[in-house]
Amino acid sequence: MKETNAENNPAGCPASPAELSRRKFFARLSVAAGGIGALMVALPVAGFILAPFFERHKEVWRSVGKMDSFKIGTTTAVQYEDASPLPWAGVTARSAAWLRRVDADTFIAFSINCTHLGCPVRWLAEADLFMCPCHGGVYYNDGTVAAGPPPAPLPRYQVRVLNGDVQILTAQIPISSK
Amino acid sequence: MKNIFQQLYSWVDDRTGLPKMIGKTARHLVPPDAKWWYVFGTATLCAFMVQVISGVALAFAYIPSAGEAYTTLHFISDQAPFGHFLRGLHYYGASAMVLMVGLHMAQVFLFGAYKFPRELNWATGVLLLGFTLVMGFTGQLLRWDQNAVWSVVVGAEQAARVPLIGQWLAHFILGGDTVGGATLTRFFAIHVFIMPAFIFAFVGLHLWLVLRHGVSEPPKPGKLVDPKTYRAEYQQMLEKTGKPFWPDAAWRDTIFCTGLIVFVVALAFFSGAPPLDKPPDPSVVAASPRPDWYLLWYFGVLALLPHGTEKYFMVFGPLLAGIILIALPFVSNRGERSPRRRPWAVVAVIMTVLMIVTLWVAGAKSPWSPNFNAPPLSASVVGATNGPVMLGAELFHDKGCLNCHLIGKDGGRRGPDLTDVADRLSKNEMILKIANGAVNMPAYAGNLTPSKMDALVAFLQTRKRNGHDR
Repeated sequence: MKETNAENNPAGCPASPAELSRRKFFARLSVAAGGIGALMVALPVAGFILAPFFERHKEVWRSVGKMDSFKIGTTTAVQYEDASPLPWAGVTARSAAWLRRVDADTFIAFSINCTHLGCPVRWLAEADLFMCPCHGGVYYNDGTVAAGPPPAPLPRYQVRVLNGDVQILTAQIPISSK
Repeated sequence: MKNIFQQLYSWVDDRTGLPKMIGKTARHLVPPDAKWWYVFGTATLCAFMVQVISGVALAFAYIPSAGEAYTTLHFISDQAPFGHFLRGLHYYGASAMVLMVGLHMAQVFLFGAYKFPRELNWATGVLLLGFTLVMGFTGQLLRWDQNAVWSVVVGAEQAARVPLIGQWLAHFILGGDTVGGATLTRFFAIHVFIMPAFIFAFVGLHLWLVLRHGVSEPPKPGKLVDPKTYRAEYQQMLEKTGKPFWPDAAWRDTIFCTGLIVFVVALAFFSGAPPLDKPPDPSVVAASPRPDWYLLWYFGVLALLPHGTEKYFMVFGPLLAGIILIALPFVSNRGERSPRRRPWAVVAVIMTVLMIVTLWVAGAKSPWSPNFNAPPLSASVVGATNGPVMLGAELFHDKGCLNCHLIGKDGGRRGPDLTDVADRLSKNEMILKIANGAVNMPAYAGNLTPSKMDALVAFLQTRKRNGHDR
């Protein structure tokens, strides 16, 4: 649309060059001012919403039980609290792992999340297998894939024994990209 | 002399200009033969209004806190007057909306109504379909029970397959390292603020486009869409035979919508809210996550894809579907509209419906999910109370075989039905299979002592048609 048309000049007379350049200036000024205003609001909002992207992973050791309470050769579900739960997290602050006592000194902590789509795998003690309720993924007692769709073995958490307590190093939910 | 109401009307119309404008819009001309096939769009909007109203009502009691949402859901379902009904209404309203969106889309596609000049009507509609599905998924999560928590994890796992930014996306969906306090509030904001805002805006745009281009006339075989002449012909047809939308066409919409609401209300009243699962405790491992029915077919897709292809499918499947749908009117915006002359369009709709229904039935049965609740086989099924056969039957249960294999009516359906396995496999073949496993079966070689293997095979050797009194 030409700037000199009747719509822009209700009086019907063509605008002078000075008027036109003034108009152009006002248009640009308004867009720039609006842009600055929008950015000033949008940047902190985006920062607030996208904050989880930039969060540092916090990891802490959590005790999951006395060493003696785990029999050699067994795999047990252990529960512990996340690294830094929000005050209103309630029961969602809890996490679980499958803890296997291999021998007197060796523990393995498996993630409960199937590497296929993250469903919680269950331990079948008699069968010596982990089995996933969603799509039937199966793992051997060492976490390697026995059958079904899982693309990778069950991830492990770090475990240590401190003063007779078995401790697990909290970590983010293992998200498979395989 | 005008009476007081007429005076009031004139005053409001003078000061706002709205009544006449709305009246004029409502009476815009529509093709005379646009009849019952044209009600699904309004029905979708109607279902959406039910969702807005019931959703706002639920928000009066719902607390979007990871620690308390579940408690408020129990309060709404069990204690609040009409709460059970309202949750049901929101659930069946959502179901109706998904269903109506599907019908609307199929009708528009079959009638070729997406062609010139209504390409953007279609494209905005596709976006609205996407928003509706996002609403469905996030809404299921706001139920915030055990199923919801695991659905978030499964959703994050799928997002993680996106190249480059997958891990970030997953992190964003969880709202941190794990499911926790931040997860629910984010989905709440998306479900009640962001998505509804998008839906309102795009419904507005969608309706504006309907008014701008007019309601498409039912297609006639042999009458082709030519962008050069279409508009003039359409205008001519309207002037000659067009009927005012209100009330000549609108009565069908209102009757159908009322019927839909009566149906949804009746469902909500008699069947109530979907049951709540266990509390949202991520450390309870006894969970079997399932999506709500409208995504159950996709659950089937992910289960039935060949192993190793899921990664590509999860990313490119939805992306490709979206691109194809949006691109459709830009690839083909002219020519034949009638489904009678577009056999492939009819085939495409039938195939899509068949695919979704088949996968949906499969998803509802989910034979790929092991059965963790199968009790040990009874003596009458086993046909023995001692000896290796009975020992083998016990092993069949304890070693997890029954989780995936059927014996008669007991067990899972993940693997082959073994009710008559002895008719198919010899003793040695059985030992080989059990020891080595298969793609979907663990190898039991290191798991069974020779004597236990013998007992298990002895039991399986008795599984014959008519071989036993079962």
